[in-house]
Amino acid sequence: MNQITIGDIVRGDREVFPPYLYEAYQSTRRRAPRLALIDVPLTLSELTGPGPTISAITPEDADLTRNAGTGGEAIGQRIIVTGRVLDDRGHPVPNTLLEIWQANAAGRYLHKRDQWPGPLDPNFLGMGRCLTNEEGVYRFLTIRPGAYPWKNHPNAWRPAHIHFSVFGLSMLSRLATQMYFPDDPLHRLDPVMNAVPAEAARERLIAAYDHSVTEPEWALGYRWDIVVRGPYATPFESEDAGEARS
Amino acid sequence: MSTFPLTSSQTVGPFFAPALLREDARRNVLTGPETAGERIRIAGRVLDGDGVPVPDALVEIWQANAHGRYHHAADQGPAPLDPSFCGFGRSGTAEDGSYWFETVKPGPVPFAGERLQAPHICVTVFARGLLNHLVTRLYFEDEPTNSGDPVLQCVPDDRRATLLARRESGDTAVVYRLDIVLQGAGETAFFNL
Repeated sequence: MNQITIGDIVRGDREVFPPYLYEAYQSTRRRAPRLALIDVPLTLSELTGPGPTISAITPEDADLTRNAGTGGEAIGQRIIVTGRVLDDRGHPVPNTLLEIWQANAAGRYLHKRDQWPGPLDPNFLGMGRCLTNEEGVYRFLTIRPGAYPWKNHPNAWRPAHIHFSVFGLSMLSRLATQMYFPDDPLHRLDPVMNAVPAEAARERLIAAYDHSVTEPEWALGYRWDIVVRGPYATPFESEDAGEARS
Repeated sequence: MSTFPLTSSQTVGPFFAPALLREDARRNVLTGPETAGERIRIAGRVLDGDGVPVPDALVEIWQANAHGRYHHAADQGPAPLDPSFCGFGRSGTAEDGSYWFETVKPGPVPFAGERLQAPHICVTVFARGLLNHLVTRLYFEDEPTNSGDPVLQCVPDDRRATLLARRESGDTAVVYRLDIVLQGAGETAFFNL
């Protein structure tokens, strides 16, 4: 990897959230803001959000091994990925939309901009979605994605990962992230993952193999919980409070 | 109370479109025939630090309805809900970096006490190269209440214009145009939220 220049503009906890500028991940160089983020008061606009309103999905959407609609099944190691969405007080986030996308078992995305010579799988779209239940639990059936080569630096490979988009209860809880698999030697070489400053925060992006989730003669089980900001902040009551924060 | 450590953010990368912009997941048009309020079109481009259009960004918006009420349980204000309007929009960007929405102009929503916020739309930007999404707001340049808005007042004078959408006359609806500049000259004022 190249010499790493790490920017100091971060939205959120500096230990947990990556800086916008992380030069080892080249795409950040012309896309990271260079000016300080503006401190603003929390208002009703941030303490509300679209999360509770989006629900038009079907149970089939959560089965990526079959949701291509071809009648065939995706090739690869069948896996169950499940866990809970919690807020930062540990309360479950029920009925919230999760959208996921991933490469196929060979590490190829079904996307016109992905042209590396890994094989496509006609029975795999690599996208799924589901709502958490009343206990905040989500569950996907999919295949284990392969590692993915990219052109960020010589011989660059992304570790196997699944992209997650989560809404939660308010604008504050919106999150796009990636779930990784345990014991992958590519983790320490990956600038996207390593842009997360604290080792503990990086480890929280890695799912755990869970034999109690594994189903006999069917699929291996992985467990991964997601923690998003809760809608707890009180809107500022006066101009003075707003001033104090800026 | 115990605090559960937050899950970190990672980029959406270049390949989110089949999942996040599938036909029933994108939402450029927020309005239905019944929706109350002044129809407007929001349009603009996402640009990088070289002024080059970003063709693989995702722009999401969240707004109150024309009466100034959010479709959300946390908004218990007296303004009426509009059953035909949820207030969430999601647009990809095209090769020229352009995004667009058809919506209604939001009404003013409460700040604290009797004080209102100027009409605004919350804007969230995701893209390859953004390790965390960006948060900002769109305001309307011709809105006289902007000068009293508690959030806009936090933005330094010389950067406030980056949040003000310019009014243009369109064929069918008024167009409000706002470019989102990720970096460099004219960089959009992003929020620490």
